[in-house]
Amino acid sequence: MSHLDLLTFARGSALNWALMLCVAGVVLRLFEIFGLGRKADLAKPRAARPGSGWRTMVTRSLPPEGMLKHDPVTYIGGYVFHLGLLVTIFFFAPHIEFIRSMTGLSWPGLPAALVDALAVAAMAALGTLLAHRLNNLVKRMLSGIGDYLAWTVTLLPLLTGYLAYHHLLLEYTLMLALHLFSIELLLVLLPFTKLFHTFSLFISRWYNGDLFARKGVAS
Amino acid sequence: MKQAEQLDNLPGTVGEGLTQRGISRREFLKFCSSLTALLALPPSMASAMAEAISKARRQSVIWLSFQECTGCTESITRSHSPTLENLIFDLISLDYHHTLQAASAEAAEHAREQAMKDNAGKYLLIVDGSVPLGNPGFSTIAGISNHDMLVETAKGAAAIVAVGTCAAYGGIPKAGPNPTGAVAVGDIIKDKPIINVPGCPPIPVVMTGVLVHFLTFGSIPELDELGRPKSFYGETIHDRCYRRPFYDQGKFAQSFDDEAARQGWCLFKLGCKGPVTYNACATTKWNDGTSFPIQSGHGCIGCSEPNFWDAGPLYKALSVPASATSEMLGAAAAVGAAAGVAITWHNRSTKAAANTAHEKVTVQELTQEKK
Repeated sequence: MSHLDLLTFARGSALNWALMLCVAGVVLRLFEIFGLGRKADLAKPRAARPGSGWRTMVTRSLPPEGMLKHDPVTYIGGYVFHLGLLVTIFFFAPHIEFIRSMTGLSWPGLPAALVDALAVAAMAALGTLLAHRLNNLVKRMLSGIGDYLAWTVTLLPLLTGYLAYHHLLLEYTLMLALHLFSIELLLVLLPFTKLFHTFSLFISRWYNGDLFARKGVAS
Repeated sequence: MKQAEQLDNLPGTVGEGLTQRGISRREFLKFCSSLTALLALPPSMASAMAEAISKARRQSVIWLSFQECTGCTESITRSHSPTLENLIFDLISLDYHHTLQAASAEAAEHAREQAMKDNAGKYLLIVDGSVPLGNPGFSTIAGISNHDMLVETAKGAAAIVAVGTCAAYGGIPKAGPNPTGAVAVGDIIKDKPIINVPGCPPIPVVMTGVLVHFLTFGSIPELDELGRPKSFYGETIHDRCYRRPFYDQGKFAQSFDDEAARQGWCLFKLGCKGPVTYNACATTKWNDGTSFPIQSGHGCIGCSEPNFWDAGPLYKALSVPASATSEMLGAAAAVGAAAGVAITWHNRSTKAAANTAHEKVTVQELTQEKK
């Protein structure tokens, strides 16, 4: 099997299955979460704070007072990583073309050099956050295999994409195929690991904000 | 008798032949300089090359054409440096070639057999076209199957040059469903050095350049893992493309006739396979260095790569799934929803069963003293 054959497989059957498993898994998990339901809250709300859920989605995305100074690595590292990852996924022209082919939506891309720099920043942030996780006793105790798995499958697409773009380590076609395989691994694992926070994050923040508002501690 | 006289008049070495034809040493050195540049050799090699070539005997070459379209021959006739005429008259003795030789029928086959006998172990075998293994009758020459002719002729060859993607990797005849059971030369011949010169067709000067390398050094050039000479196939079209800066800037043509296409922006979104295609089109170019497909407004189709015909749609970008559709994802979402409903039903049933089975404890029971 030549490298191009491998790439064709990665772009074809392998990608089809990964996309289908990801979509089916995400829909399944959302049904599962919403289907759990909650008991009706019969108590009278403490304060009428409409929009508290939406506000919490924003406020919980910002560091609480004093926390940035208290734990700068976690906050700054987290921001740099997520920003770098989002720009790399959504503003690199070949990626936009992928999204356009699946959804019909498209937008202008950013220069490759800028995306490249942000991808490097995202990878550096991931490395720093891992080191911090391992060196911080509390974080290390809280971490399980799922966290390290999520870290690995998030890093791999960034790393293989970077190596492919710069023609490093392996021949380009082979590295591009590996890049696609790493994305497919991420897609398959996303619904069933902590990576599902991609979808559940803002849902849970809205829910918490709304619930707390009823109890009088709205954002 | 007449033929024998002609043979006697043929020059022994290339140098003698050049002198007979009135070609000066200066002209010959100039020719060798262009060849060293073509082969990515240091300029100092030009004189060494001139020395080697002029002392060499004209190389016997047998060219076999199997399942092919004659595009490779068409291409090599357009070589400009060296020209095919240069090659045939000065450097090689093309002893057998269906399209170019004057002889036909038995005389043609006799020429092949004679060349094989006279130059046993020394002749260069060039093959274009794939070899059908499905049925010997799918492609024959003078009643001999392609497979048998290849095996017979390869036995006495010093080396084999598989010209074109069909000979090198099976090419279009091998594309799914491969009705003739087409294979590449390298799938059949395992005991001879094989140089793959893929392309559909290959660049003319790449073909002649590879031949000249063999004639000069008497050995095959450095090859990559797919058997291609690194000097011509070492870099991708994309990396040497004059439109590459537009790719880096995120400037792409959206259709073949939009303003961006007219401005010469990158053709990646229109399906250009330059990023995964190793060839010299972007540097050597075609028609005496005039242009190459991307320069004339069409994306690269990756014709020098193995199985390029089955490597996804030609007009879809490399980053686009080869076959995934939104309908397919819709079906996956429906399956996920059905599974989600089933799991929700199961969870709720479990919850309801737990509620039903739950036995409430009264205050009386809690305060009751143990007897």
